[in-house]
Amino acid sequence: MAMLSFEAKYRVRGGTLVGGDLFDFWVGPFYVGFFGVTTIFFAFLGTGLIFWGASLGDTWNIWKINIAPPDLKYGLGFAPLAEGGLWQIITICAIGAFASWALRQVEISRKLGMGLHIPVAFSFAVFAYVTLVVIRPLLMGAWGHGFPYGIFSHLDWVSNVGYQYLHFHYNPAHMIAVTFFFTTTLALSLHGALVLSATNPPKGEVVKTPEHENAFFRDIIGYSIGTIGIHRLGLFLALSAVFWSAVCIVISGPFWTLGWPEWWNWWLELPIWR
Amino acid sequence: MRSASTCLTALVLGSALFLAGCERPPPAADQIGYRGTSMGSVTNPRTLEMREAANQPPEAQPAADPTGPRASTIYQNVKVLGDLSEGEFIRLMASMTEWLAPPDQSCAYCHNVENMADESKYQFRVARQMLIMTRSLNTDWKSHVGETGVTCYTCHRGNPQPQATFKLDPGPRGAGGFTASRQGQNFAARAVGSTSLPNDPFTQLLSYAGEIRVNTPTALAAGNPRTIQDAELTYSLMIHMSEGLGVNCTFCHNSQNFGAWNGPPQRATAFHGIRMVRDINTRHVQPLAAILPPERLGPEGDNAKVFCTTCHQAQPKPMGGAPMLRDYPELGAPRPAP
Repeated sequence: MAMLSFEAKYRVRGGTLVGGDLFDFWVGPFYVGFFGVTTIFFAFLGTGLIFWGASLGDTWNIWKINIAPPDLKYGLGFAPLAEGGLWQIITICAIGAFASWALRQVEISRKLGMGLHIPVAFSFAVFAYVTLVVIRPLLMGAWGHGFPYGIFSHLDWVSNVGYQYLHFHYNPAHMIAVTFFFTTTLALSLHGALVLSATNPPKGEVVKTPEHENAFFRDIIGYSIGTIGIHRLGLFLALSAVFWSAVCIVISGPFWTLGWPEWWNWWLELPIWR
Repeated sequence: MRSASTCLTALVLGSALFLAGCERPPPAADQIGYRGTSMGSVTNPRTLEMREAANQPPEAQPAADPTGPRASTIYQNVKVLGDLSEGEFIRLMASMTEWLAPPDQSCAYCHNVENMADESKYQFRVARQMLIMTRSLNTDWKSHVGETGVTCYTCHRGNPQPQATFKLDPGPRGAGGFTASRQGQNFAARAVGSTSLPNDPFTQLLSYAGEIRVNTPTALAAGNPRTIQDAELTYSLMIHMSEGLGVNCTFCHNSQNFGAWNGPPQRATAFHGIRMVRDINTRHVQPLAAILPPERLGPEGDNAKVFCTTCHQAQPKPMGGAPMLRDYPELGAPRPAP
């Protein structure tokens, strides 16, 4: 397979985290590496188990296939395979694959001599998943508190978990997370609009420079965060949204069992106006 | 380094403040239905213990001899409890005194002690209506109270007036213009779980038979006449029911479809409970406003009415489901003399 002109420069040996140069090679355009191998292993095993789990269910309807966690009665122990044990192994495989992928990103970053921004950012998504299926179940004392693997079934789970706290919009961390998600999209739309405008000038005009972009935002809101700054801001907003999402679910149950609206009673009961 | 430690301190302090308003793990949880649906309850066992301790039933008086002549033939002006024996009648009067009369007034709270048959005290007339109501609840509303039944204590809890009730409340008034009225919401009312939802869903839905169901049975249905305001009123009532019973939405509903009847059986009990509360308010409680003194009336001139919390007091079953009627069969259906 032909290489792009600049690829040769980056296809360098070294930078691996484990195993030296054991898997330090490419298959076609794809870097393999030790963590590429573990990713493939966990991904295939997990997917196979998902198919097995689906075959034990009563439907092949893609929307309704459901591989549910164990009953709460199994607590933090292993459950029989057909009664949630598959969910447990699939969860291990998923975490194995996600973590391997993040570490593979680390190795590639090291080969390219760049920062670890990409694996760090991806780790937040992995952290959110681990929060849902490991940290929160551990804190609540049963694997059965994890969410089921299925398109409709996980949505039903989300809905019921939300209504267990009466009105999830009053969850303070949920408020922060939602705000970050919206702010991420706002920032991205502003940034995207700016870049598209600057790079698609009217006929007869030249492409605008970052100085022009800065001038535009200084005119309109009195401040421009700049070319690098907007990407740092975007990263911060996106990661904060994911982080606070994880917080909002891990506090629901382990740290609060009542309705979220009444969590705010601490405010109503402040001694200065109670 | 300085800024790192500042950040760390802020993080630690922030988390500590944040969690100070929270509870500690692990919670207690139970599962209803299929695994992984998150149906069931998540509770704080310490809160449950506290509620249990605060909701102990009173000790029942020793049972009375049901034989002998009936109260209606012994006493004058006994219109509701005439079928009781003298012993049962006296026992119930003594229990009522213990359950709700102020100790310094005792029998005199309701009766003119010079003439016990005298109806002149409004408390006497209220008590008579309440006895009619209690018997009606224990016989006509078994769909909600089952064989557990209710006594005066279920609501009164030692108080002359039940503590958890509602009256019409226009809420705080603003200066004028748009701020003159909050339109009955945005007030963090305790009865509706400190939400900003309408703070009085009760008048429409529990004093009158307002329609609670707001959702359409089909997807993307056109022509649903119910409004967002209706939905908020319903949500508000549902939050009240959750708070009043100390349960969450999934106690009665699978939130996948709130309107479907394939969820927990508790919803049927609650359905009858709503009708029971309406019956209590319209047939027994509201008519009493005419005979109550002004201090018993709210700012809008109505008397205190009942809602779920009145009996339940943050428990799924009032007083943990203690069998009230078993110890006081006098408050059930009139029985033939043995």
